[in-house]
Amino acid sequence: MNTLADSETLVAEQGTSLWQDAWRRLRKNRLALFGLCVLVFFVLIALLTPWLAPYAHDAQNLDLGATPPSAAHWLGTDIFGRDLLTQIMYGGRISLAVGFVATAVALVIGVTWGAVAGYVGGRVDAIMMRLVDILYALPFMIFIVLLMVVFGRNLLLLFLAIGAVEWLTMARIMRGQVQSLRQQEFVEAAISLGLSPATIVRRHLVPNALGPIIVYTTLTIPSVMLLEAFLSFLGLGVQPPATSWGLLISYGAETMEEYPWLLIFPGAALTLTLFALNFLGDGLRDALDVRGSGD
Amino acid sequence: MWRFVGGRLLQAIPVILAVVTVTFFLVRVAPGGPFDSEKAVIPEVKAALEAQYRLDLPLGQQYLAYLGDLAHGELGPSFKYPGRSVNELIAAGLPATAELGAYALLVAIVLGGLAGVIASLKPNSAQDYIPMSIAMIGICMPTFLLGPLLVLVFGIHLEWLPVSGWGDMPGDKILPSLTLGAAYAAYIARLSRAGMLEVMSQDYIRTARAKGLPEWQVVTRHALRGGLIPVVAFLGPAFAGLLAGSFVVETIFQIPGLGRFYVQAAFNRDYTMILGTTVFLSTLIVLFNLLSDILAAWLNPRLRGQYGEA
Amino acid sequence: MALLSVRDLQVDFTTRNGRITAVNRISFDVESGKITAIIGESGSGKSVACYSLLGLLPTPPASIENGTAHFEGRDLLAMSEGQLREIRGRDIAMIFQDPMTCLNPYMTVGDQLIEPLVYHRKVSKAAARERALELLAEVGMREPAATIDQYPYQFSGGMRQRVMIAMALINEPKLLIADEPTTALDVTIQAQILALVAELQRKRNIGVIFISHDLSVVADIADEIVVMEKGHLVERGDRAAIFERAEHPYTRKLLEAIPAGSKAVSAEQREDLITVSHLCTWFGQGKGREPLRAVDDVSFTIQRGEVLGLVGESGSGKSTIGRSLLRLVPVTSGEVLFDGTDVTALEGVALKQMRRRMQMIFQDPYASLNPRMSVYDALAEPLLLHGIESRKTVEQGVLKLMDDVGLARAFVRKYPHEFSGGQRQRIAIGRALATRPEFVVADEPVSALDVTIQAQILDLMLELGKEYGLTMLFVSHDLAVVRHIADRILVLYKGKVVEQGTGEALFERPQQDYTRQLLQSIPGRALLA
Repeated sequence: MNTLADSETLVAEQGTSLWQDAWRRLRKNRLALFGLCVLVFFVLIALLTPWLAPYAHDAQNLDLGATPPSAAHWLGTDIFGRDLLTQIMYGGRISLAVGFVATAVALVIGVTWGAVAGYVGGRVDAIMMRLVDILYALPFMIFIVLLMVVFGRNLLLLFLAIGAVEWLTMARIMRGQVQSLRQQEFVEAAISLGLSPATIVRRHLVPNALGPIIVYTTLTIPSVMLLEAFLSFLGLGVQPPATSWGLLISYGAETMEEYPWLLIFPGAALTLTLFALNFLGDGLRDALDVRGSGD
Repeated sequence: MWRFVGGRLLQAIPVILAVVTVTFFLVRVAPGGPFDSEKAVIPEVKAALEAQYRLDLPLGQQYLAYLGDLAHGELGPSFKYPGRSVNELIAAGLPATAELGAYALLVAIVLGGLAGVIASLKPNSAQDYIPMSIAMIGICMPTFLLGPLLVLVFGIHLEWLPVSGWGDMPGDKILPSLTLGAAYAAYIARLSRAGMLEVMSQDYIRTARAKGLPEWQVVTRHALRGGLIPVVAFLGPAFAGLLAGSFVVETIFQIPGLGRFYVQAAFNRDYTMILGTTVFLSTLIVLFNLLSDILAAWLNPRLRGQYGEA
Repeated sequence: MALLSVRDLQVDFTTRNGRITAVNRISFDVESGKITAIIGESGSGKSVACYSLLGLLPTPPASIENGTAHFEGRDLLAMSEGQLREIRGRDIAMIFQDPMTCLNPYMTVGDQLIEPLVYHRKVSKAAARERALELLAEVGMREPAATIDQYPYQFSGGMRQRVMIAMALINEPKLLIADEPTTALDVTIQAQILALVAELQRKRNIGVIFISHDLSVVADIADEIVVMEKGHLVERGDRAAIFERAEHPYTRKLLEAIPAGSKAVSAEQREDLITVSHLCTWFGQGKGREPLRAVDDVSFTIQRGEVLGLVGESGSGKSTIGRSLLRLVPVTSGEVLFDGTDVTALEGVALKQMRRRMQMIFQDPYASLNPRMSVYDALAEPLLLHGIESRKTVEQGVLKLMDDVGLARAFVRKYPHEFSGGQRQRIAIGRALATRPEFVVADEPVSALDVTIQAQILDLMLELGKEYGLTMLFVSHDLAVVRHIADRILVLYKGKVVEQGTGEALFERPQQDYTRQLLQSIPGRALLA
């Protein structure tokens, strides 16, 4: 029913771009705003951990052992007498870093691949997307496990491996965007104005494809963090003395009967972050009016 | 339709071949041979062992021999369990994993589908918010956290259900199935809600209402089919995820399934076992993907017709 | 007593920007055995009013604030959802605008057809199927027995609309509500469907509400006409009263907006600006398959300063010709001479310079503007690109363009989504004129617009055409519009030129059967004469 759209009257002289519109909608979404705040908070803490952490990263106190939360150790200590809050803060650095870096890897590869395939089209597109289809059918979860087994637990490899999985969906989304935008009349109009392909991509395609990409990026970060935590839980991810939330949860699960706080606090940190990112992603999806991008 | 199925099957072959090849060479280039750990192996014994496992042949020949075995369904002997073949080990672990996977899938489809459809019927009401909030928790709560938490609450504190095992005690299958299925129930809930909302805004739903059909018939006869196609298409990826999740769940609940074998094989560097299991699981995943694709296409008369006539 | 008698109906919508009254206290009657047309432009509330009667509006956001609607003595608006459901599909049936989306793609046509019969009358499926076959034959389906088990995608738009009509009539309703049932169809199909509706209505002697934005569509079939504007009922009367003695200014505006008469053609011979010879544009459909011959060996010329109309139904290749001339689709073979230069052979800088001289105005004003660029950006881009204005003077250039196309200067910083369809089309015209082109292809530039807006935009184009000395290729499915604006008309059918001539010659003395068929399909021909 487009009965109401046309009746809007224009009062203000200053127009509102779709970005401003989206931001206005996002601001009204309390959950998304909450997600954004939590996220900013966690990222700030992660950046400032070396100065903020109450104890040194490797400080042990074997005599102390595992203690429940107390004034000295707000979240308690683990069986080695290490301060859990400190552990969670350092673990968060790794978990968030994996999330952001691997997503960035996926973003760069996926967007480039998809944009090229979508813009060039024809045979190049067919070949590029067939490759994506084949890779898509590969059981990557198992492959990552395999990679970690074969090459040992290596953080860089983890970034690359996870990034290599996640770029596929990104490429598909980007290609779909570019393809549908290319058929839009405003792109035809740009061509008939005589704009160069580079300008058309920069001024007409990218700004319009950005919405879904932003949304999907926000939703990729939590799934990447989940993957890292999964691997670390199995003992195939981050390796001690480095730590991550997944590793902490894994330790916590082993001793949860006696020391449940060792499971609950790292679990809460991970879950809260994932919540924040998913709420933000959902909020952005609504605000930018992006329709069902694949989960 | 048969052309579609045939085409997709043909596409699956290179995928499986790629899996086999990549896995084979990855495992072979891995640092550290399988018998390195046994320090005092007599050279003759080692040579005999290597001959038995065909490690003395050039890599290319090893590969071809392996492919030949595969063609007969032979996955070769295990490195770590002398005298037992990978086939036997997989056969030993498969029943528990298959059962666990089936229950989890059931949990995911029934709970998720119901929650999603119910939520979609009254968007932005309590009927929508409550199941969707739970689904959000399901998505954000990883399996390896949910499992221990469920054990903590229902196994240790309330003592309602056994904390581990599979088929040993009544009710010991409930927690693992719930744990494994929860995340996918959450995804399916979100997918089916979105799918149903999309369909319910279509013109043909208005047509159905204009016919005077009661709302439940509008939903069941006209909306469900289109609304659940995304869910069907998701079953393939969900299956892959379930298998990976079974690694964790079987470890947590000490279930003697394929997943636990796989993780143990990984730690033991039991290369033939890793190789065999990867090939087996990958094939399974590829086939399941295929199945869900075909099912989704079959639900769409247009696709069905196109491939049926052509 | 009237079959349906609506009194003081008011429907409100709650939106983000507050409440809007979509239907404002309207009253009208529908008689058995008569077709009552409700006419109005988008936003007039014509559909909302009818949907509200049957409880088909989502509440919220809609709410029925006031009124009664007595159908056979019972007030529809006072009924419970259950009671209304008994009437929907049994006593009152509906057909909708877009037959492509109104049938369930996942069910066979037969299963959908028998649904109302099985549900309301508890008829067995086998008996219902028999009835469905009879009805399919009655609405003009060839071989009903073969098609009843097919899915909607296997039917053309016109055939689907026939299925919709059969579905609506299967319970022999007393009232049929048709919501723009022909708007999405080609002209010749539209004529067939209109005739079918009128015939079925006469045969059954039922009441029909025919909702349309287009007065000429209902000119041949309506008995009573109700005119709505912005939620208000402004005028009602029988057909003769509305067409001959309309009193309300808005009704008269609608009548005047119907394009009528041929453009006066000046006899002077001018040089040819564009010569198209043996143009072929085929689209490959993969190896081994026959290519789609969208444009198949077409030749014509356009004189400088002339408006050439290109008429055809969907699939005739009319849009592809326009795009071929501008090199927006790759040409398969043939030659397009523009002022002596073969456009099909140009590349690089030469092509860019040629692009400056020929521009395009698109059909969909919603899709033809980049949603992330303001009016200023959209108009400044071509001005700067071709060095028509410098960075310093570009603002003046933009404002001048806005003046030319009749947009208030105050809107210069606004974005496309803040404008109405007509305003957007003005922006698009401004963008096309920015490069000072000699030649413009206008591809259905008014078919997405309301009738009164349509008339304004056509006038604007004629005026600017003169001012800028434009040569124009005007592509449209609407013969009446083309006749109004074009000096000469080319009739296309399946990629080939069937006939060409001045509007007057074509209308008075059509030579080809297809042209004759097209002419006879024009709704409300009597009005145009």
